Amino acid sequence: MNSKPTALRTLDIISLILLVIATYLALVFAPTEKVMGEVQRVFYFHVGAAWVGLLGFIGAGVTGIIYLKTQNLKWDLVEQAAVEISLVFFFIAIVLGSIWARPIWNTWWTWDPRLTSASIVELIYLAYLMLRQGIDDPDRRARFGAVYTLVGAISVPITFLSIRMFRTIHPVVIGSKSAAADGGFSMTGDMKIAFFFALFTFTVIFIDLFWNRIRLGQLEQKVEQLKLKVME
Amino acid sequence: MLVFSLLVILIFNFALELDAKTRTSVTAGVIWVTFVFAGTLGLNRSMAIEKDRGCLDGLLLAPVDRSAIYFGKAISNLAFMFIVEIIILPTYSFLYNINLFQPGLLLVILLGSIGYTAVGTLLSAMSVQTRTRDVMLPILLFPVIVPVLIAAVKASGGYLQNLPLDQILPWINLLIVYDVIFIAISFMVFDYVVEE
Repeated sequence: MNSKPTALRTLDIISLILLVIATYLALVFAPTEKVMGEVQRVFYFHVGAAWVGLLGFIGAGVTGIIYLKTQNLKWDLVEQAAVEISLVFFFIAIVLGSIWARPIWNTWWTWDPRLTSASIVELIYLAYLMLRQGIDDPDRRARFGAVYTLVGAISVPITFLSIRMFRTIHPVVIGSKSAAADGGFSMTGDMKIAFFFALFTFTVIFIDLFWNRIRLGQLEQKVEQLKLKVME
Repeated sequence: MLVFSLLVILIFNFALELDAKTRTSVTAGVIWVTFVFAGTLGLNRSMAIEKDRGCLDGLLLAPVDRSAIYFGKAISNLAFMFIVEIIILPTYSFLYNINLFQPGLLLVILLGSIGYTAVGTLLSAMSVQTRTRDVMLPILLFPVIVPVLIAAVKASGGYLQNLPLDQILPWINLLIVYDVIFIAISFMVFDYVVEE
């Protein structure tokens, strides 16, 4: 328990190496997009970060339900880890997206379904962390956290849908042909390699961070228990 | 709650310069912001009263299903919302010379208020048990009720601008869906929120 498991350490190193390769692929290997130019290279990591954010979001919702069912504090740790990772990576995705949107859409921000949903997830998770801070009893903290992630996990897709009922200008790059006017494009072979490699890298990074965060949570619990023991 | 909502309307008058032209487009937004803000005050108070002197513990001891407590609180919160709305609507109509008493608009307000109080009652039961109780409720509640707000403002705006029904109907459907989903969810998880 005390020393870091070898598998986790290996995964740390692997994800670092993958990140270096993905950076190379995105910045050098992939051909420059004809219309948008160099700024399009942001896309590889933007989608990767958003993907991790989404994984964390789904993970948090699911573990919230599992916690409410089992009442096992282990799942609370997992849920909190997922929330924190999702919070950070959605933020990265929003920042990268804005960098891309400024030259392409001519604005940093627009109230498009994806952008709005991502920012609302940010707000919900910030509220989640504040909620946890305000409660001392670990059981109650876990229960309230699980209830709130559950409410959030249901509300955000409805938000997405309801804004979708206006129209969107966010390009749908995969599986859509008519998006060119919104800044969409079709990927060539090399672009696809860079893209899917970035996606794969970010998934590995997600697993790595997730694991590290859960381990940190377990250590935190142990410290808490030791503290209580000393005080007795 | 009531005086507060009247003051919000007053402030909007000066902040937005509600002249005849802007009125048609922003009225829906103004009344919904008023309801939402006044609603948080009401929700906070209704749960804070229960928490003081352990009334909530007394309620939990009662030999009824926990969901009965939830629905009781939700209905009383809804009643408070309606009282505020009953006074705000004529006042607004009177001050700005817009007829807000259209059956469609009232339906939208009814559906929106139900969705709002369904989630609000659940979250206020949570926020009242935290250290920063009054501040916590809006922070928890506002991001989650965004869909209600979007749909309600769009539908109310549609009625006020006399749009054809097929443009308003999707929003009303969305409100109904939201209401049903969140009443069900709150009903299922309320147990965990009040459990000691």
